Amino acid sequence: MKRDSDAHVANAHGHTGDHSGGHVHRDDIGSKMGIWLFLFTELLLFGGMFILYAAYRFIYPDDFKSAALELDPVLGAVNTIVLLTSSLTVVLAIVALQKKNIKLCMTNLWITQFCGVIFLVNKYFEWTHKIHLGIYPKGPALEEMTQGQTVFFGLYYVMTGLHGLHVIVGMAFIGFIMYFIKKNYITYNNYQKLENSGLYWHLVDVIWIFLFPLFYLIH
Amino acid sequence: MANGTIAGQHPEEVSFYEYDGKRKGIMGWLLTLDHKRIGILYLIAMLGFFAVAVSMGVLMRLEMLTTGETIMKPQTYNSIFTLHGVIMIFLFIIPGIPAVFGNFLLPIQIGAKDVIFPRLNLLSWYLYIIGGLLAIISLFTGGGIMDTGWTFYVPYSIRTTTNVSLSVFAAFVLGFSSILTGLNFITTIHRMRCPGMTFFRMPLFVWGLYSTAWIQVLATPIVGITLVLVILERFFGIGVFDPNKGGDPLLYQHLFWIYSHPAVYIMILPAMGVVSDIIATFTKKDIFGYVPIALSSLAIAFVGYLVWGHHMFTSGISDTSRVIFSFLTFLVAIPTGVKVFNWVASLYKGSIDMRAPMLYVMAFIIVFSIGGLTGLVLGTLDTDIHLTDTYFVVAHFHYVMFGGMGLLFFASLHYWYPKMFGRMYNEKMAKFSCWVFVIGFNVLYFPMFIMGYLGMPRRYYDYLPEFAPYHIVATVGSWIMVLGMIFMFANLIRGLYNGPRATENPWDGTTLEWKVPSPPPLENFDKIPTVHYGPYHRDWEDDRNEVVKEKH
Repeated sequence: MKRDSDAHVANAHGHTGDHSGGHVHRDDIGSKMGIWLFLFTELLLFGGMFILYAAYRFIYPDDFKSAALELDPVLGAVNTIVLLTSSLTVVLAIVALQKKNIKLCMTNLWITQFCGVIFLVNKYFEWTHKIHLGIYPKGPALEEMTQGQTVFFGLYYVMTGLHGLHVIVGMAFIGFIMYFIKKNYITYNNYQKLENSGLYWHLVDVIWIFLFPLFYLIH
Repeated sequence: MANGTIAGQHPEEVSFYEYDGKRKGIMGWLLTLDHKRIGILYLIAMLGFFAVAVSMGVLMRLEMLTTGETIMKPQTYNSIFTLHGVIMIFLFIIPGIPAVFGNFLLPIQIGAKDVIFPRLNLLSWYLYIIGGLLAIISLFTGGGIMDTGWTFYVPYSIRTTTNVSLSVFAAFVLGFSSILTGLNFITTIHRMRCPGMTFFRMPLFVWGLYSTAWIQVLATPIVGITLVLVILERFFGIGVFDPNKGGDPLLYQHLFWIYSHPAVYIMILPAMGVVSDIIATFTKKDIFGYVPIALSSLAIAFVGYLVWGHHMFTSGISDTSRVIFSFLTFLVAIPTGVKVFNWVASLYKGSIDMRAPMLYVMAFIIVFSIGGLTGLVLGTLDTDIHLTDTYFVVAHFHYVMFGGMGLLFFASLHYWYPKMFGRMYNEKMAKFSCWVFVIGFNVLYFPMFIMGYLGMPRRYYDYLPEFAPYHIVATVGSWIMVLGMIFMFANLIRGLYNGPRATENPWDGTTLEWKVPSPPPLENFDKIPTVHYGPYHRDWEDDRNEVVKEKH
């Protein structure tokens, strides 16, 4: 709770008397609350798609089983490990910053970024391989498939695609944070922004943890 | 809160209009982080969109004046009713009260200098404007004006050649704006209340905004992803909603209404908060049943999540789910009834001052009750089969939406006008235009109940001759109603220039916004206030309670 009292000290002289940046004040708990609310909205965004997945799995159980066989669980597993590792390094980065070890903090964040890149490259090869085989919306191989399999791959592309987009956004967030750390805007006693972007990164991770079994493992 | 010492009027302090920050003139507005300026920006943009949508409504009524073609072709008619719905719902009714009055008043009512994330607040406004502009651009590009109706139902919305993708994307962007506003308000209410301002000392308008903000945050993402899927379906043919490829169009309806029914409560809950504030001010006494009213907002928000299926009674969903959805729909009437009865009870033994805002509220209670009760008719399974997709539904949702949120938007405009602009409007004219508006409103929409009951389907371009009398009456009503609005806005605009200066507290209100100058200075309060009583506390009630105690 130390941080909170610090924040209130900062509030006390919030008056700068300016329309453009006047009463912006620091409130770490409020800021964390804001990002949690935002994460709720992200969960619901994907929640809508998970509902669709559940409904279609119920309608086409056999097609979903056979379509899932087309996906390579090894690639998926590698990506899972990569993302989990990147979440770990974000946490380590926060701890390192708290201990004023900026260099270690930055190293950890670089590893996170690197993991993000590996994930995306992996995903790229997975998608291009599928597209090469003609399995994509309106593609020759997919046109041959049953309706359930078409829906499965439709959902596969949308959900993993949207997730990939979130990985990119998360990497951009962390990129900004790294810049702020370098400029000393984010320090050992003012690291809420780092923690917020870390929370976002964990969300990206958690969503993948649900996507992985739903598409790759359940046969 | 009746301790009058919190923020005195300092002659040297200038209002937020006159205060120049780093940037002057137009940029001082477009890059402002002040919640009051952002509120005014929303107001200006919103009234523009509202005027466009009203004109479209008038054109639709004009087309229905006679059978066959009156002034437009069928395809134009389809586009116009779609646009009327989309603009009204996404650009006026949903963001209306939270974005304008919530932004302006929420921080003042809880004793704060601003919302917690001012930059995010400005971003929300820009997203709102971008969404509006995209909707306008979609009119002139692509394959013509969208003709799906505001619900974008598949499979038609993925097959029509009109410009659905861009309009749907506009709705997505507007949803984003709405989410960010909601997120901002929840965090502000949790973190920025002044000392002594407990949750149960917040004005009921804030309670309404709080419940609304939760719906905005928790329901909007669902429609966001649904609309994205429609766009992807149109561009790539992913098959998720396309029945030819194995998709199920009913799932679209489910996902759409999972958001869009709660959105109905986004529209009405802040408006209901306004009612409580206005009644407390103009009866000169504390509101009856403060806690039940506050909690009923949360109850409506919660139950409102579980009733979306009543939009789909005739779509072929199972009987079991229809019965459950029908039952849950009736449940919403309970917290709504709690509110209405408490408002009426608040009038009892009040010293009622029938000023223009109060007149609007009284009109609201009557009109909204008609809308609410006909909602029960539609929520009942067997009557709904008969009435679904008829003018009865059109009449019902105009009574609850326009008669609910619309009337209360006008009420708020009159109630907080002195605070927002520092001037007074002409009281007699305001009341007169309220009467004209309400009479026109009923002449316009009430015949729709009757012709809907008799079988006139909604969204039809043409009709049988036996419906002609009702259509003619309704069209005349639309003219009267618009006349009322013209009177109203003329009066308000005239007040801006010629009205007498407003005092700090022209209505003898008790909430915090009436303790700061009109219009408020940049940071609202010289010193963050401390609150000792509930929002509608008046000193004389203490004395009365003392007397009552002595008697017993």
